[in-house]
Amino acid sequence: MSYEPVLTARIGKIDPASLTDYEAHGGFQALIRAVELGPGRVVALMEEATLLGRGGAAFPAGIKWRAVHQAEGPKFVVANADESEPGTFKDRVLMEGDPYALIEAVILAGFATAADKGFIYVRGEYARAYQRLRHAIARCYEAGYLGRDILGSGFEFHIELRRGAGAYICGEETALFESIEGKRGYPRLKPPFPTQAGLFGRPTLINNVETLINALHIVLRGPAWFNSIGPAHSPGPKLYPLSGRVQRPGLVEAPMGITLRELIEEHGGGVSGSGEFRVALVGGAAGAFLGPDHLNTPLDFRSLASIGAALGSGAVIVFDTSVDMKPILQRIADFFAHESCGKCYPCQLGTMRQRDIIARMVAGQGRPGDLQLLRDIGQTMRDTSICGLGQTASNAILSAFELKLT
Amino acid sequence: MTSTISLTIDGQPVEAPADATVLQAAEAAGITIPTLCHHPNLTPPAVCRLCVVEWEGRRTLQPACVTQVAADAVIHTRSPRVDLARRTILEMLATTVDLSDAPELRAMLAEYDAHPERFGEDLTRREHEVIIDNSFFVRDYDKCVLCWRCVEACGTDMEHAFALGFSGRGFETSIATFFENPMPETTCVFCGNCVGVCPTGALKDRRVFELEMATDY
Ligand SMILES: Cc1cc2nc3c(=O)[nH]c(=O)nc-3n(C[C@H](O)[C@H](O)[C@H](O)COP(=O)(O)O)c2cc1C
Ligand code: SF4
Ligand code: FES
Repeated sequence: MSYEPVLTARIGKIDPASLTDYEAHGGFQALIRAVELGPGRVVALMEEATLLGRGGAAFPAGIKWRAVHQAEGPKFVVANADESEPGTFKDRVLMEGDPYALIEAVILAGFATAADKGFIYVRGEYARAYQRLRHAIARCYEAGYLGRDILGSGFEFHIELRRGAGAYICGEETALFESIEGKRGYPRLKPPFPTQAGLFGRPTLINNVETLINALHIVLRGPAWFNSIGPAHSPGPKLYPLSGRVQRPGLVEAPMGITLRELIEEHGGGVSGSGEFRVALVGGAAGAFLGPDHLNTPLDFRSLASIGAALGSGAVIVFDTSVDMKPILQRIADFFAHESCGKCYPCQLGTMRQRDIIARMVAGQGRPGDLQLLRDIGQTMRDTSICGLGQTASNAILSAFELKLT
Repeated sequence: MTSTISLTIDGQPVEAPADATVLQAAEAAGITIPTLCHHPNLTPPAVCRLCVVEWEGRRTLQPACVTQVAADAVIHTRSPRVDLARRTILEMLATTVDLSDAPELRAMLAEYDAHPERFGEDLTRREHEVIIDNSFFVRDYDKCVLCWRCVEACGTDMEHAFALGFSGRGFETSIATFFENPMPETTCVFCGNCVGVCPTGALKDRRVFELEMATDY
């Protein structure tokens, strides 16, 4: 049960401003190796590793890398660092503690896909991550890791850093493209998918920060190493942002598929407050509540999907038996009503009506058919919304009623 | 030359050009699918989701106005899932927007057995003042369903005037001019295309509006 952290190994040990410190701790070894291997071999390694996207949708990274690798240029790589899912702070820790790793990973992805340019789209509130990345990008240009003829490979690549302006929806990949293009952050209709027509209408590889950092280790240690960690269907190292009523909240790195109980007991030091576990919100506001029956459920993509939940970003928020869940449900309903972009009717109207109904239930003024209304709204949003925001906006609320939390 | 493919809609074998939308294929086969935001002369924004259909094997319902047909697809334009979605969207719309000038939508509410009153009274509303800022047309956004048609007609689909856009977000979204400036201070050329494509009477010829007011229409 001893696991050596990989993704967070340098964090707290190196000076995040120092390129030499990064290099002294294995930094840029993956890029050097990638240049030796060549783009085709790097993409093959990514395909051999069963790396499922860590941004929430669990799409196999190798398929995206292959598609963009084969597409006609100009093309782009985008790091999704918008991280706005409630309870999620893994990308923040990575970017603040080890900013050069994200930059190396974006360059590596650019090299493998023969992209022309990379963008890092950082959540607007992440001022420190932004400053550190900005400094690190400048140092990488000075040192020749960015610009012309990187590491003597003839490959030219540039990175542009962009900040969000506080909208959750701009983490949705196509809304993020619109935002970079200077438009309102409205999600696009799919198809076309980003690998076909993404940023500025060009083939685009978009990955979450944690997904990209995993690519460095796949190139360095190989897909066999990666696939041997955790369950075979969704392997690899995983970051679990753990918060709420636990003794030691914080970012946990563990093999994919540890159980909720292991996460809370062994990593979080047990439940705080009353000391008795009531429920955990897994996957952030877009996720679902899991009760004591699921303490032994492995926290991986497939196991959670099989019980109608989702790993999402990996965020776990713990509640003990003393917590009044009503205001929590209200917060979640408010969140979606506030963050809906308003483009499609089911979510534009549904998130507000869901909020209205929760508000009157919380106030003790619920009406007889209210639960049915919430279910109808939820199914309608899940079935007909354009993007994942509306499709998941009722998950947590409906799961709370399922568990009779109120 | 696009090839022809075969699929099944509502149990009926249908032939359609490979690049047709489900809506086009269904219409050609005499099957009606309700639409709201879709307009034949405009880019479909696919925002109302009233045209959704059930496509066997696909996770979510599919908007017929933009979804391309595929060979051997099995599609249902009416099913309990489809009807629930259409009914719920219509009910929520009716609790939000004044549909008194939208007879087609009111007919749709009846057809889908929609009961907006089941949502109760204590609901968040959108409140707008009627905007009369020019001599040609009136904007009554209490009647606006946010179908995007006017924005598209004002933009690249017709007029290229770009006087109309959006303000606010989510439920509070509103069609608006830049900084909500009065229409004469925008790039509006008063072509009337937006009034022509508005399905709900939110945009109305000023004379019609005044006659209606005067005659208690
Ligand atoms: C409303 C919404 C918000 C999202 N926010 C984020 C985010 O903050 N960060 C992220 O990586 N992915 C986010 N996603 C998922 C992205 O759309 C996309 O799936 C992801 O960036 C792909 O990267 P991956 O394959 O590496 O996971 C969001 C999706 C939705 C629907
Ligand atoms: S689901 Fe919500 S956030 Fe997504 S497009 Fe529709 S209104 Fe916008
Ligand atoms: S008519 Fe298809 S989404 Fe509105």
